[in-house]
Amino acid sequence: MATDTLSNHEGHAHEHDHHDTAGTKIFGFWVYLMSDLVIFGSLFAAYAVLLRGTAGGPSGADIFELPLILVNTFLLLVSSFTYGMAVLAMNANRVQQVKVWLAATFLLGAGFIALELYEFQHLIHEGFGPDRSAFLSAFFTLVGTHGLHVTFGLIWILVMLVQLQQKGLTSMTRPRIMCLSLFWHFLDIVWICVFSFVYLMGVL
Amino acid sequence: MLGKLSLEAIPFHEPIIMVTVAAIVLGGLAIVGAITYFKKWGYLWHEWLTSIDHKKLGIMYFLVALVMLIRGFADAIMMRSQLAMASAGAEGFLPPHHYDQIFTAHGVIMIFFVAMPMVIGLMNLVVPLQIGARDVAFPFLNNLSFWLFAAGVVLVNISLFVGEFAQTGWLAYAPLSGKEYSPGVGVDYWIWALQISGIGTTLTGINFFVTILKMRTKGMTLFRMPIFTWTSLCANILIIASFPILTATIALLTLDRYLGMHFFTNDFGGNMMMYVNLIWAWGHPEVYILILPAFGVFSEVISTFARKRLFGYGTMVWATVAITFLSFIVWLHHFFTMGAGANVNAFFGIATMIIAIPTGVKIFNWLFTMFRGRLEFTSPVLWTLGFIITFTLGGMTGVMLALPAANFVLHNSLFVIAHFHNVIIGGVVFGMLAGLTFWFPKAFGFTLNEKWGKRSFWCWIIGFYVAFMPLYVLSFFGAVRRMQSYENGDWQPFMIIAWVGAVIILCGIACTVIQFIVSIRDRKKNQDVTGDPWGGRTLEWSTSSPAPFYNFAHLPEVNDIDDFWDQKQRNGGKAPLSKPPYQDIHMPKNTWEGPIIALFATVAGFALVWHIWWLVIVGGIGTFAAFMARVFREDVDYYVPAAEVERIEREHQQRVEMQA
Repeated sequence: MATDTLSNHEGHAHEHDHHDTAGTKIFGFWVYLMSDLVIFGSLFAAYAVLLRGTAGGPSGADIFELPLILVNTFLLLVSSFTYGMAVLAMNANRVQQVKVWLAATFLLGAGFIALELYEFQHLIHEGFGPDRSAFLSAFFTLVGTHGLHVTFGLIWILVMLVQLQQKGLTSMTRPRIMCLSLFWHFLDIVWICVFSFVYLMGVL
Repeated sequence: MLGKLSLEAIPFHEPIIMVTVAAIVLGGLAIVGAITYFKKWGYLWHEWLTSIDHKKLGIMYFLVALVMLIRGFADAIMMRSQLAMASAGAEGFLPPHHYDQIFTAHGVIMIFFVAMPMVIGLMNLVVPLQIGARDVAFPFLNNLSFWLFAAGVVLVNISLFVGEFAQTGWLAYAPLSGKEYSPGVGVDYWIWALQISGIGTTLTGINFFVTILKMRTKGMTLFRMPIFTWTSLCANILIIASFPILTATIALLTLDRYLGMHFFTNDFGGNMMMYVNLIWAWGHPEVYILILPAFGVFSEVISTFARKRLFGYGTMVWATVAITFLSFIVWLHHFFTMGAGANVNAFFGIATMIIAIPTGVKIFNWLFTMFRGRLEFTSPVLWTLGFIITFTLGGMTGVMLALPAANFVLHNSLFVIAHFHNVIIGGVVFGMLAGLTFWFPKAFGFTLNEKWGKRSFWCWIIGFYVAFMPLYVLSFFGAVRRMQSYENGDWQPFMIIAWVGAVIILCGIACTVIQFIVSIRDRKKNQDVTGDPWGGRTLEWSTSSPAPFYNFAHLPEVNDIDDFWDQKQRNGGKAPLSKPPYQDIHMPKNTWEGPIIALFATVAGFALVWHIWWLVIVGGIGTFAAFMARVFREDVDYYVPAAEVERIEREHQQRVEMQA
């Protein structure tokens, strides 16, 4: 339903009920995600421009620890799987299962953030903070912006857990779980790009 | 405790600022006093500040824009006065650090806080009515967008009397805007005012994009949409695709300034030209965000008053779409002198010149619409004719600037200033004033006084030519932009002529103010009873004026372009009125969260400017808490009973019958 952009029938399926229908919400959220993607696009471009601006400091090959990043990547990929399970449970109207899968997603996402914070803290401790060089500024900003998004996603999961507890699966909570699902998978895709273009190509 | 903020931040020693501040404070107190005296706070809060009605939001956008127009114009006339005086070694009355703030504030205010709210305000007022919808897709977001925009306005105005504004020019080029060369708080005000209001603009873009695609009424296919809706759709696509670049760019500058990063610094591997590229990758689409809806206004005005269907509807749409696409591949023409090389410059030069083709298509469409029409010379039509001539001229100087070789001479000269005022005044300002006059009755139920509208037009157009033609001449003498004084006394006569032009424009603004006063006085006489004062062609004229809050008692059904016109033809020249039975109408409820979220965002922005970290936390928590209140709220909508709809519709019908 969300991809059916050029049809305007949904708006007057019921003459009275055309505000914030679920389909409109989800379509609007898609559009928001596309605009967010432009932010990431700008940050990737900035990273590409500043890649060689190491100013005598370390390059990617000197500081990236791929095993850690691999663990991180798997945490996020698995969390996308668990989120998918949550949506399947929602479609089967099993509210308890939705909560369990959301909680699992939260734990995996929190693990991802914890590892990322460890990586950042470690780099800063070594003297390779974001103010060391333009390359490091761009690296911290790109990866950090993704991390910030994941953090917002975690807060959103908590909000949804509370709302599921209070209200269950309603016409209010269902579209939100769908939007959060889009958000979470979107962050996964962005991470794949970060992993490929920043980390893998950085150590090549 | 207060970060960098102290009493020294208030410029007591600047008489111009202190007098301005005194006037603002006294005016503000007078308004607050009046509201209190007439016990209107409740009305204001319940009917306006918390309103999610797109028409009221449109009115509020326009109101703020008109106030900020006066502020921005005050900056303009100060600059013109300074340059009329500061010739051949004279210093004038504005020292450089103050002059630099004024030209920066003038640009920022006129683009972000005058032109943008006028465009967005008009979209708010008109688009849902034109597509036969009862509201936008996300009414709460619409309210929030307005208030985030207002937060930016507040921050810019606070900078007038607490601290300073940026001295960098309106786009704050790095590294000048970096910590090293701009250590004060001016750039920080610029950052947070634009960042907060820019997020509001992005939300507006998403909202109206979804509204236009999802909320059109029965039978309203894309190629039956009015042209103003089409141009709004394209402008919103540009907002969605370009404003995030601005958000990212400002965020990177923020990181440079606040956390000592090196995106745009001279040293440590930073790249200052990346700033210019990024900011113009947003900035060029931005000028089309402003001008496309103005094109839409002219299309509506000209077909309405020529009593003809618009010539070349399809080509008008495709020309708009072409401009939307091309606007993303021309940004480098703002800095041909960067040294990207001949091939890069040639690409961007040619791409820029190509934009003249779809624009020319539009000009011919308007001309052919008038051809053999029965054109009524109302003030919106005068604005349109003035636009066609002025904008064509400005377009041609734009093509001149698009030649990289010529651009190396003209770059940074007054030629650039004359060019973009040529297209922005002649295009956006004329368009918005035409749109204001055209749709004013739909918002308020009475038409604006024509006599004062025409006087305003003549002052604006004559004033524009007198003010800016001398700048073209001066640019060939070598006069550059952003200069506070000049050595060559031969330039002074031209500068004085330009000042006279600015004064004539001032008369135009005064005429508009008088126009409002006179029109409000004569509102009974100029009442728009039928809701269709001009013999309109599109759906917004099919409902009463002012439009009821639910817009349409029954959602209309359309079968063609300009369907309302056909409906009137079938109905003996009269607009068909709504008939019972009426049904309950589902409407969103007003909401306090928008203004409160923006209030805390303003607090956070101010605290970030002055490094008052505890207050940043307060602002952040407040913003989050108010947002959560919205997230957990369930009573977001209600039903208007059919009886109430019937009562409102009957009232309108009785007025129409009485007039007949």
